[in-house]
Amino acid sequence: MNITGSETLIRSLLAEGVNTIFGYPGGAIMPVFDALYDFKKEINHVLVRHEQGAVHAAQGYARVSGKTGVALVTSGPGATNAITGITDAMMDSTPLVVISGQVASFLLGSDAFQEADVISLTQPITKWTYQIRRPEDIPWAVSRAFYIAASGRPGPVMLDIARDAQLNKCDYSYKKTDFLRSYKPLSEPELDKIELAAEIINSAKKPLALVGQGVILGNAEEELLAFLEKADIPFGSTILGLSAMPTDHPLNNGMLGMHGNVSPNMKTNECDVLIAIGMRFDDRVTGNLATYAKQAKVIHFDIDLAEMDKNVKTTVKVLGDVKETLPLMTNFLEKKSHTDWKTEFKPYDKTEFDCVIKEELFPESGDIKMGEVINKVTEATQNKAICVTDVGQNQMMASRYFKYTQSRSMVTSGALGTMGFGLPASIGAKYGAPDRTVCLFVGDGGIQMTIQELGTIMEHNVDVKIILLNNSWLGMVRQWQELFFNERYSETQMHNPDFIKIADAYNIKGKKVTQREELDDAIAEMLSHKGAYLLEVQVEAKGMVYPMMPAGSCVTNIMLGEGRTIQNAK
Amino acid sequence: MTDKTLYTITIFSENAVGVLNQITAIFMRRQLNIETLSVSPSAIEGIHKFTITAYSDDAELMKKLVRQIDKRVDILKAYFNIDEELVHQELAMYKLSTEKVMEHGSVEYLIRKYNIRVLEITKDCVVFLKAGHYAETQGLFDELAAEIGVLQFVRSGRIAITTSPLERLSDMLAKIEEERMKLQSK
Repeated sequence: MNITGSETLIRSLLAEGVNTIFGYPGGAIMPVFDALYDFKKEINHVLVRHEQGAVHAAQGYARVSGKTGVALVTSGPGATNAITGITDAMMDSTPLVVISGQVASFLLGSDAFQEADVISLTQPITKWTYQIRRPEDIPWAVSRAFYIAASGRPGPVMLDIARDAQLNKCDYSYKKTDFLRSYKPLSEPELDKIELAAEIINSAKKPLALVGQGVILGNAEEELLAFLEKADIPFGSTILGLSAMPTDHPLNNGMLGMHGNVSPNMKTNECDVLIAIGMRFDDRVTGNLATYAKQAKVIHFDIDLAEMDKNVKTTVKVLGDVKETLPLMTNFLEKKSHTDWKTEFKPYDKTEFDCVIKEELFPESGDIKMGEVINKVTEATQNKAICVTDVGQNQMMASRYFKYTQSRSMVTSGALGTMGFGLPASIGAKYGAPDRTVCLFVGDGGIQMTIQELGTIMEHNVDVKIILLNNSWLGMVRQWQELFFNERYSETQMHNPDFIKIADAYNIKGKKVTQREELDDAIAEMLSHKGAYLLEVQVEAKGMVYPMMPAGSCVTNIMLGEGRTIQNAK
Repeated sequence: MTDKTLYTITIFSENAVGVLNQITAIFMRRQLNIETLSVSPSAIEGIHKFTITAYSDDAELMKKLVRQIDKRVDILKAYFNIDEELVHQELAMYKLSTEKVMEHGSVEYLIRKYNIRVLEITKDCVVFLKAGHYAETQGLFDELAAEIGVLQFVRSGRIAITTSPLERLSDMLAKIEEERMKLQSK
């Protein structure tokens, strides 16, 4: 079968089970788009409005579906526009295959029109990057790309295909990759380590578990539940670990880190055994490492050896897929009950509720609060929706107050903190889970970074519920200016357009709410509306996200607002 | 420089385009200067060996560094050693003016003292080769520069072999082969 490189690419993608691609055409990728024209039935190409949007959409798709997301862009600016999304996917371990066109191979290195050195640019932000210069290398490279992106600790892969490799013909045959000599995605579970970990957990009086995205990526939710329940271990989640466990599970003590819940942060420095599962001790979780969990024995379950002892020195390292290692350990565990220890979390929960949550979720007067909106939305969806966030206060509030009943329900830019992530990611999330309600929480700053994707929503009738929390400030930066920069509000106040008019121009139904009394009805209308909806809520201008552990401080140094701290609040 | 140790990082990689770029990027992120670098095909076809030296005061950092290198898809193995665990060597070449050498009279003393190999003698220049540790090749340079004058000087990156009985690469390849067989039989 003698076919063009472009067609081998499409056939290779089909062989990997790809049926959705997010992309944007351009000169150097035109042969691939031309081939795609003949495969419209097999592959749904979603035309975005900017390449950054293509990659974020692919991320949203991958995060909710568990499949590898695919983005297709042209050379030069197409590829460089994709870089923010690729970096985001790298840091948040999201499996992606990003395919860029490249100038013809004889032009490479000559500063040709729309040539960018994509390999050098993307090497540090991908698991693997490869430039294809001959059509016969396409199936081989695609096969490797999908294997590398999804195996082990997932991540993005970049394939840069020279224009002549797309046009020239070759024979096609496809073979899936399941082995590479130089790449070891998975380690065999080490039973001695697992037994040692179990021994330590069996003798623990005050165990605390930290749940990360590794559980979701490893599809190990049930295995985690069995472990936590047998040993009766309370836990907190990282932001990316949210939704791995139902919010209302009795052992669930909420989110860790800077704006997380008080009790799991405080208990980090009181527990005797700290069990980290598929998380990597990010600085937003740990604060100052010199004062972090020094009293505890630390057991670290992770798939990536490079994360072991990177930030926190561990007592036992359990390398491997948590889907395998967790049940092996649970076998060695004694059934336990840590009632007294779990009761110790309660006073912190109460203080947090009294000082922060009550006024944030259930205010009786004053401007509408962000947390209040999120709480109303999650309840109106019976906590069954997918929560997508942008970055900043909207993200922290959504992380704190959205509730989950099933896994893969939280899509956010965790490590890179990419403003503009939310809108395109919500599009991808809807494609990844078409039967579920997708709610995006976004601020007035972030939405304007990728607002052109409203065009994608319009064109493809993507049913996403956009909740724009508009305070006319870059809220999180403003919060830091208030707290740490003497209220010098440098370049954080936003002069905004009429967002409802913009939505209207894109034929997206919208409503602006400024009064508390209108909120319930507006949310109900949004959720019952068939199709995309923009609900703009004018929220308190100078709202604050509390609790807050200042960057780099001790994990127990928690501010509760109005000068209160967890130590003086009682 | 406060109590920095010279670490030797050994890396085996597939012979793919861009591997060095990936490795140096990781050194750069950790703010480590590469002192010496030597790359060549290893004894096994298709596998390249990198020997890199860098000063650091933090052994933990070196551990993290090699893990981050090891993790890259094209890298087969990365590890680090200190000098005490290695037999290591550098090569240096020295070009001297023949006229100056003749004026100096006897270089026999130097050739014996430093175990110099003479590679070339023309009417214009004499080329010496010296293998040794940094201090030795530098010692010869200093002496030649002071007594005769050196027209050109070049020193190679370090090459090194571990003294431990463990043969890491072949052991590892055997293990990889075993895993491949296991996978195929599945």
